[in-house]
Amino acid sequence: MSTPSFLPVANRRCVRLADVPVLRVDDLAEELARSSGDATRIVSLFGTAETPHTLRLIAVVARDDAGELGVASTMVNRIYPAISTRFPQAGRFEREIAEQCGAAPEGIGALKPLRRHAPDHSPSDWDVRWVGRDDYAFDSVSGEEVHEVAVGPVHAGIIEPGHFRFQAHGEEVLALEIMLGYQHRGVERLLETSDRLRATLVAESLAGDSVIGHTSAACGAIEALARSRKSPRGQAIRGIALELERLANHIGDLGAMAGDVAFHPASAYLARMRGECLNLLMTISGNRYGRGLIRPGGTAFDIPSDMAGEVVRRVERLRDELAPVLRLLFDAASVQSRFDGVGVVRSDDCIAHGYVGLVARSCEIPRDVRHDFAYGVYRFAQIPVAQAWAGDVLARALVRRLEIQRSIEFVIEQVTSLPRGAPLVECGRLQGGELVVSLEEGWRGEIAHVVVTDENGNVRRHKVTDPSFHNWPALAGAMTGNQISDFPLCNKSFNLSYAGHDL
Amino acid sequence: MPVDDAELPERFRGQLTFSRGATEGGRRLPVIDLGASVFAPEEASEGRVFTRDYRMAVSQRDALATDTGEIELASALDARMRSLLGRSLRLRSVAAGSCAGCEAELTALGNVVFDMARFGIQFVASPRHADGVVISGVVNANMRDALEKTYEAVPDPKVVIAVGACAISGGVFHDSAQVVGIPDSIPVDLWIPGCPPHPLTILDGLLRLLGRIE
Repeated sequence: MSTPSFLPVANRRCVRLADVPVLRVDDLAEELARSSGDATRIVSLFGTAETPHTLRLIAVVARDDAGELGVASTMVNRIYPAISTRFPQAGRFEREIAEQCGAAPEGIGALKPLRRHAPDHSPSDWDVRWVGRDDYAFDSVSGEEVHEVAVGPVHAGIIEPGHFRFQAHGEEVLALEIMLGYQHRGVERLLETSDRLRATLVAESLAGDSVIGHTSAACGAIEALARSRKSPRGQAIRGIALELERLANHIGDLGAMAGDVAFHPASAYLARMRGECLNLLMTISGNRYGRGLIRPGGTAFDIPSDMAGEVVRRVERLRDELAPVLRLLFDAASVQSRFDGVGVVRSDDCIAHGYVGLVARSCEIPRDVRHDFAYGVYRFAQIPVAQAWAGDVLARALVRRLEIQRSIEFVIEQVTSLPRGAPLVECGRLQGGELVVSLEEGWRGEIAHVVVTDENGNVRRHKVTDPSFHNWPALAGAMTGNQISDFPLCNKSFNLSYAGHDL
Repeated sequence: MPVDDAELPERFRGQLTFSRGATEGGRRLPVIDLGASVFAPEEASEGRVFTRDYRMAVSQRDALATDTGEIELASALDARMRSLLGRSLRLRSVAAGSCAGCEAELTALGNVVFDMARFGIQFVASPRHADGVVISGVVNANMRDALEKTYEAVPDPKVVIAVGACAISGGVFHDSAQVVGIPDSIPVDLWIPGCPPHPLTILDGLLRLLGRIE
């Protein structure tokens, strides 16, 4: 970062916690506000108890186009002047800090809970209260013909729980408010207090459709702190697995979106083809989602040459089978007219709110960790960043289509040129007093695992920021002015993670 | 469906059992609890191995714990229930503090490969239309009420199916402060282990419940 207030960091390179600048909270807020002019966005902003009565806030920020990451911190008491009065993008993070740490940021009114749980990261001396399930107050729009529609937590289909509160005028949505937290399981405390294997298994179960993404990010942080030698073969296999995960989800999502506009042939074909990708992960790792594969130090399973040949044949067949189905889907006028212009995310909102991943790339904001903060095999094999511009359901479908094509090419290329060596190397003890930012381009977008160790090398804080944490507000905004009957389609075009958000 | 016909790959982790030689000599062994297992490769150590047998669904929770490696697979509902639900089973899915992995495999059951609809099994959009509830996830404080209301809203007679390690035992989250577990007021008829269970494991369990497989 060009500003001296932030310490420059690189993806998966540790810094000493003592070198992270400690600013006054007003100065931190000022720095963030000033930097927002060049599309700086928050990667993560979170609290960790510093003393029994002080909370350290750590801010990790990014300038994607410059490939720059920076970190700064501030020490606060329970009541402190809110950062989001000056930098609104920090709002969601301050809600999280209030809830996780029991802090009370001032100047922004009563904060609504994000996940509805008691604080579990507060300084031990703080007297903390928390807002439970029954105390969440929904906003409403007043007017004679305005009605309220409540959906969830249990939804019509087989899907994760969340609550959507619409303010509608006839068919038109005036506002949508989303209350999550139903999938909260206490992930971060488990990551911080478990032994290494269990912490890895928790990372695998953080979001079941992003096993590879989250586990790779978590292991990336641990490996950096352990100064573990990298295994090129392991990194290549991780890349192959991550792209297979991306393929499974993008293909499945296009099928689900086809289903929502009643284009059943494509939905049937694509559901089967999604299974082909999961079966490839199962061939490699024994599990359809790749559980068991990613471990600290590399990958626990190798891809021997005969398996590599089989993988290539199956991926080539998938590519050949997908092409006509995708043409069928995208060429259908009925599909285009349903997808077109629905659920628009504007690029200026994307910059203001810090949206990431697929959602950003669909409105011409080319954020992609594999390109901007390249790590692992992506330092050697560049995947062109897929973009669309309209920010609507069609754009999010088009970006998926492009990424499917590119991920297939990447998998074929990597599987036929695996580096020599063992896929798994040793990963020893962690360095003490350090901080590392580990970013991964999960299939939805940027996954951030920020890990801080104490002086003894134990994990003091393991913060997870899933891409859905950034992007859920995008869905709420995108529904405004749309027909309520387009909600399932719009929701599926984002396909955000409830579990990834709720932890 | 014969086990061999499934053509599951070599590395597939099905039932965890004792390796040959580990059960000889009448030695007392630590019990394998498939309900607590997350089927991680590391669990195959100290005399334990994974087989490729995907059939693991049972009718009682304690049938998942074994000190011989053998488990008694699920039995069918009684004759009255079979006559009501045997050819038409409508299920309501409740994810109650999950990672969404089990839900993805439940969704896969509806695709052209597994096609549970050919057995008369389908998922419905309301508990009022359902014959039973499929529970996934640990059941946390935030979902406990919604789960209980959903269960109460399903008309009698009804069945309850617990899918996945989290629903059965809390899985990898088992001692987290957030975990409440399936309340005692909700009796479970079928327990399907896995993390997540393969769609064939789920389907095999459902078909045993309906008496379509012995």
